[in-house]
Amino acid sequence: MTATIPLPVRGGCTDLPIAPTSNATQLPVLKERGQREVFCGLTGIVWLHRKMQDAFFMVVGSRTCAHLVQSAAGVMIFAEPRFGTAILGERDLAGLADANDELDRCVEQLLARRPDIATLFLVGSCPSEVIKLDLSRAAERLNERFFPRVRILNYSGSGIETTFTQGEDTCLKSMVPHLPASTSTAPELLVVGTLADVVEDQFTRLFRELGIGPVHFFPPRRARDLPPIGPNTRLLLAQPFVSETVRALQARGATLLSSPYPFGVQGTNAWLRAAASAFDVPESRVIEVTRAPAERASKALARFRERLAGKRLFFFPDSQLELPLARFMHHECGMELVEVGTPYLDRLLMEAELPLLPGTITLSEGQDVEKQLDRCRAARPDLTVCGLGLANPLEAEGLRTKWAIELVFSPIHGYDQAADLAELFARPLERSSRLTV
Amino acid sequence: MQLTLWTYEGPPHVGAMRIATSMEGVHYVLHAPQGDTYADLLFTMIERRDRRPPVTYTTFQARDLGGDTAELVKTCVRDAYERFKPQAMLVGESCTAELIQDQPGSLAQGMGIPIPIVNLELPAYSKKENWGASETFYHLVRTLLLPQVPAPGTTREARPADRRPRANLLGGTLLGFRNRDDVKEVTRLLGALGVDVHVTAPAGATPELLQRIPEADFNICLYPEVADTTCRWLERSFRMPTVRTVPIGIGATRDFILEVGRVAGIDVQPFLDRERIGQATMDSSQSLLPWYSRSVDATYLTGKRVFVFGDATHVKAAARIAAEELGFTIVGLGTYSREYARDIRELGAKYGVEPVITDDYLDVEQAVADAAPELVLGTQMERHIAKRLGVPCAVISSPIHVQDVPARYSPQMGFEGANVIFDTWVHPLMMGLEEHLLQMFREDFEFGDGAAPSHLASVHGGAPSGAVAAAVAVAPADEMLERPEPASIVAEITEPDLPVIVPTTPAVTSAAVVVSATWLPDAERELKKIPFFVRGKAKRNTEKYAVEHGIDRITVDTLYEAKAHYAR
Repeated sequence: MTATIPLPVRGGCTDLPIAPTSNATQLPVLKERGQREVFCGLTGIVWLHRKMQDAFFMVVGSRTCAHLVQSAAGVMIFAEPRFGTAILGERDLAGLADANDELDRCVEQLLARRPDIATLFLVGSCPSEVIKLDLSRAAERLNERFFPRVRILNYSGSGIETTFTQGEDTCLKSMVPHLPASTSTAPELLVVGTLADVVEDQFTRLFRELGIGPVHFFPPRRARDLPPIGPNTRLLLAQPFVSETVRALQARGATLLSSPYPFGVQGTNAWLRAAASAFDVPESRVIEVTRAPAERASKALARFRERLAGKRLFFFPDSQLELPLARFMHHECGMELVEVGTPYLDRLLMEAELPLLPGTITLSEGQDVEKQLDRCRAARPDLTVCGLGLANPLEAEGLRTKWAIELVFSPIHGYDQAADLAELFARPLERSSRLTV
Repeated sequence: MQLTLWTYEGPPHVGAMRIATSMEGVHYVLHAPQGDTYADLLFTMIERRDRRPPVTYTTFQARDLGGDTAELVKTCVRDAYERFKPQAMLVGESCTAELIQDQPGSLAQGMGIPIPIVNLELPAYSKKENWGASETFYHLVRTLLLPQVPAPGTTREARPADRRPRANLLGGTLLGFRNRDDVKEVTRLLGALGVDVHVTAPAGATPELLQRIPEADFNICLYPEVADTTCRWLERSFRMPTVRTVPIGIGATRDFILEVGRVAGIDVQPFLDRERIGQATMDSSQSLLPWYSRSVDATYLTGKRVFVFGDATHVKAAARIAAEELGFTIVGLGTYSREYARDIRELGAKYGVEPVITDDYLDVEQAVADAAPELVLGTQMERHIAKRLGVPCAVISSPIHVQDVPARYSPQMGFEGANVIFDTWVHPLMMGLEEHLLQMFREDFEFGDGAAPSHLASVHGGAPSGAVAAAVAVAPADEMLERPEPASIVAEITEPDLPVIVPTTPAVTSAAVVVSATWLPDAERELKKIPFFVRGKAKRNTEKYAVEHGIDRITVDTLYEAKAHYAR
């Protein structure tokens, strides 16, 4: 990879600049190993169960897993959530009860209670991995009994193997072998990574106007409605954390379209153009379709740019969204980047993002939270993006913070959310300027 | 293996974190994989702590498992000691680390670190949060005090006559229900009795302070779930007596004062003389609860059907207050604290109800629906259950939500606690005068079925009708019921932008008995004359009565027969 990879972005005042000569592609990466203040992959259940409304997620784990998911998800508002935990007890560990029999019993109990469930994910956890409870065999065994009424899949959300948003990656990857083979002879677009339904609808309209189709989204809104996959499938990534899924889809013949992620006007421009060029949509048509929403978004964005420009930004690693968001905050909101931390760096998925980051930042991968806090305190950025475990303590040290997790749960993709995304960053600064107490 | 959709208590290491985070000068090294750091949020978000919990996680990964995870523990212990310089260290493991058997506590103890190191072994697959808190507190106190334990047979020196009695307040922790203010209120009460508070722990204590526990004359066990084991050990080892009455409610506060007097050897009668039991005047108590409860407006509270659920301490206290101090009828009670199942069974027997001892909220929901209460006193989960069932609710116990850590002073214990409880439990209910007016005006055309208690507009969804609302002194809006639905420490912030998912199946399907009886038109008209807020119950009861008596057509007579049958 070079610093001047050609981007499918040309011309126009709102387009991404041609890669600067000094960019983050060749930056030495500060690799850290220590305490990680990041969720595990189980947390992905929180948005995955909302996205796929006919699916149930059953964690096979400990009380800690149950407590984690409920603390992160706020299940109390629901009469009965579509996720739960089969909590391992001493008997399961001591071998007194065959863990497989117990698991089958829990699944039977659940499916009897919830006839509306069409797909059941058995989600592996740290304890289930360590005791080597084979959930793939369990899924196979249970499918013999319950398929086709219910499809049973399995993936790992364990903290020893996955970090936060990687849980979505392992979940989607588990669905890949079951995607029907596409018979299409013309190109098809598959958008990979969970998007809020409202954003999905916006993109669907834009693709239709561009004449791009058929378009499928993965994950689908119903786990039953699996999108087709084949050699004519073009993959456009909506989320930067679907590494393994992309590779599995490539193995089934699909082609990856390299693009920055659709954050901000420029990111969305580039993203739509990546699809447009794969479907031979003329540039004039792209301009025609995107001009109005892009202008609207730029106008909305301008207000927040005033507040954000020149402010210094520090990212703790959290959701894998850090690099594309840093790019957006830098190019479109004028923020100065201090450190951009990411849980892990997948250069394939960041191929189009890295060249857009300035070569002056500290790019860190992994975490040693104490050392990173030391760096953050020393740098005293104007805004720090971090997890909720760090936010209040940093506020108390006089630093303004933005909770990273909100960036995962809120619709932030596309033109019409560009200003919302900027507003999320501007709000803590706005708030601090209002308060006199 | 147990299928669990939601759990009242976290794992035992979260209990240990509650102890460590409540104190100063203690650091907890937790051998745990990535993800377990979620527990930090409980403190930084629910309790709005301005400091990180004093916890270092080893956050081992799959690739470490083949290698030397024990070395990782040692590095973390060493780094944490160097960086935080604690007075004492707790070293333990979470569920996954328990399986790989590195024995971090023993490892740390062998490292020659010059501070007390407590080896925490908290079995994650059989025990839960409160037990973990209790064990941690006990092991910490024991480790720090062991060198001071007198030889067996040593008699405890009597308190010098010229020194005021000293008490330790044990059991208050973060994430406990209103513990912060309870400690203040009890300290104030003891001061008025002439007793000095010596050590308050775990909340607000340091390891140095814990070492001064034996200097006090006795201990007060504020929350047995956390402090009972420690108090028993102090009784055995230091012959320190324990005051066990938990002063929540008027009766319990008076009992507590008597017990303190007895244990401390002081005369509390002059103080108690200010409490004129049974007298109906504004100054009959240092709390307004007794007078408010006897004032005529409270007549409408008589026999209100109440369901109580929570930890054992708060359920026991709430049941007594409900029955003896507010004149409610207890129609159901229970606890998730299985360690106290026996106590709660006795309590159930006392009030003639079958107790619900469970940590499955769906069982609790079913029990609440079956009991058809008019008020639910419970945890945040029962608040949600009550909301779904359309029943008023007040929160009395952990697990807590950010709204249970109010900015204002709002203890549960002592006389001020009783005031807080009166307000908190009664406001969700219909105000007395208002109920009376609703009865009077119920035939008026202005009074549609949408009319709700004026201060509870949001509960029934309708705005109060003009006539009634104007006639009634409007009580302050109950923020608990009017606030947007809280989700969790995380999702609360982020909910609004996401589509709300409506549960696909109703939570409670068997609340109403399967109806085989049909309502005849006359009976149905008569049913509509019954005030809407009891109509649902009247309908259910009549249908139940009809089914039980083999009546397939409900007449006006059936309705009144059922009413007589279920009359309380």
